[in-house]
Amino acid sequence: MQPGQQRDEVEMLALMLLIRRFEERASQQYQAQKIGGFCHLYIGQEAVVTGALAAVREDDYVITAYRDHAHALARGTSADACMAELFGKETGCSQGLGGSMHFFNRKNHMYGGHAIVGAHVPLAVGMAFATKYRDEDRVTLCFFGDGAINQGAFHEALNLAALYKLPIIFICENNLFAMGTSVKRSTSLKQIVDRAEGYDIPGEIVDGMNFREVRDKVAEIAESIRKEPHPAFLEVRTYRYRGHSMSDPASYRTKEELEKYRLDDPITRLRAQLTREGKLTNEQFDLLDKRAKETVLAAVKFAEKSPEPRLDKLYDYTYADGAKP
Amino acid sequence: MREITYRQALNEALAEELERDPNVFLMGEEVAEYQGAYKVSHDLLQRFGPRRIIDTPISENGFAGLGVGAAMVGLRPIIEFMTFSFSLVAFDQVVNNAPNMFTMSGGQFNIPITFRGPNGPAHQLGATHSHATENFYASVPGLKVCTPATPRDAKGLLKTAVRDNNPVLVLEAELLYSSKGMVEPPDEELLIPLGKAEVKREGSDVSIICYAQTVPLALNVAAQLEEEDISAEIVDLRSIKPLDERAILDSVAKTHRVVIAEQDHPFCGVGAEVCYRIQKNIFDELDAPIIRVSQEDVPMPYNERLEKAVLPNAEKLIAAVKKVCYA
Repeated sequence: MQPGQQRDEVEMLALMLLIRRFEERASQQYQAQKIGGFCHLYIGQEAVVTGALAAVREDDYVITAYRDHAHALARGTSADACMAELFGKETGCSQGLGGSMHFFNRKNHMYGGHAIVGAHVPLAVGMAFATKYRDEDRVTLCFFGDGAINQGAFHEALNLAALYKLPIIFICENNLFAMGTSVKRSTSLKQIVDRAEGYDIPGEIVDGMNFREVRDKVAEIAESIRKEPHPAFLEVRTYRYRGHSMSDPASYRTKEELEKYRLDDPITRLRAQLTREGKLTNEQFDLLDKRAKETVLAAVKFAEKSPEPRLDKLYDYTYADGAKP
Repeated sequence: MREITYRQALNEALAEELERDPNVFLMGEEVAEYQGAYKVSHDLLQRFGPRRIIDTPISENGFAGLGVGAAMVGLRPIIEFMTFSFSLVAFDQVVNNAPNMFTMSGGQFNIPITFRGPNGPAHQLGATHSHATENFYASVPGLKVCTPATPRDAKGLLKTAVRDNNPVLVLEAELLYSSKGMVEPPDEELLIPLGKAEVKREGSDVSIICYAQTVPLALNVAAQLEEEDISAEIVDLRSIKPLDERAILDSVAKTHRVVIAEQDHPFCGVGAEVCYRIQKNIFDELDAPIIRVSQEDVPMPYNERLEKAVLPNAEKLIAAVKKVCYA
């Protein structure tokens, strides 16, 4: 049995709902000025991270870019800790010191949350390097957006991964826009997956609005990597319903385009599949959704009443030995 | 004690740390098969094998980042830059990823990584290959920066850097690789703490505060000044960050006159920070304004005569000392 099939699909649907309700609530709290800085929402892309993580082991390494709330939640970080991080509170998953773009969870092998586009791709390669160095059979999942593929760090990292035959899956969440610039206006290739070919890395395209397709493809690749370490590349085609960040009204795309994708919604799709197969009733779905909404509402309350990071600890997180140069 | 070169001292430090800790590996351009661009990693591939001594393509951003990622999951990388001038291509990894991770993750991920290689002007390498990077990097919270000037300091500081749980930059000096000095025998563990300066020569009339390539320069100048009855104390900072403020203040409280010999540029250079700390803490001890001798504030010219004019030299240093001594 592939590891992916061990994860209950209804459970994964619940996770997708949690992500969506979390992001909606984050958006509302941002507008209420409870959340500062930049805030990038994952709404529309839920099937990508849930599908990929349903296919791998809990001790596999996960790292992503700045649109990271979903990856932290999918890696078992509580909605409380995620919301508290957005609020900049001490109880946040990065103790309120990281913010929206820097979610970490060491215990659950979530290695960030990285905000310089493409800069974490070499880090992922280093994590995969360590795995091979120690002769472990872990796989590193490196998520990034379509904007990252034109950054130098990305290219250097892919070459290194291929050269050293490292156990890593590069997962490009192609939501068609790097901020406001469409892939067509940023990338000379007809399709992003062709970047992999340039480094002799096997690459495939999957439908990122389809949970099962993402899960099964990642499971298949992970199995192959565990047998014999090698890099692989997935272009996952998805769509974000909201703007790049909270300040972006997304006027660079049409309402029709957005509607087209909304009709192909990943949550609706998985729900329909499960309903058709008799694995989920409408009542059960409503209950899952109600629970997700309650969880994020409770997370807001938790974040609100949590303490701020202590001022007297300002210098405690600069050096691991507490040095004050 | 025996006499070895600065290069051999670094090589011993690498070998000893690779021997001691299986999580330590060395990665960089030409470190393995070529035996190191400056032969610092000589024979390490033969001793430790290709799993731990790893050649890279010319991708500083890529392999510096690889090191940071490996450090996040428990390895202790030593990343060699062929020169720190090339580290500028990896600036984002050295400045944005390595030192920020501990804070950004709320203390979950410290980065025990050593970045090392030659730093500072060498000889007629032109503007792109002559960068003294110590002041850029020392200004970044989360990084530690050391600048060994002798074989003993090179060995002891590099070994300490590898064992430190933070990102540490060991800025070596290309012009000193072949210089010799006394170092403890290999069976004696030599660790020199970061943030500890050393008085390389005692004196009473003036403190010359220096580091890296300006240390041998200052020692030569001190010998010349002695003939003119000026007794110079030579304080080698050894680490730029943490900075040994105590050692600086102790020396200044003794001599009351200060010249800073630095190998970087004057604007926001290391000497500016040292000056600030002296006047802030012991203003009344000063008998003369502090003078800084640094590079001229220009990109490095290739022409040999002009290059000499840009660099700190004995003539400039002696003039500065005489000025602060009103001699």
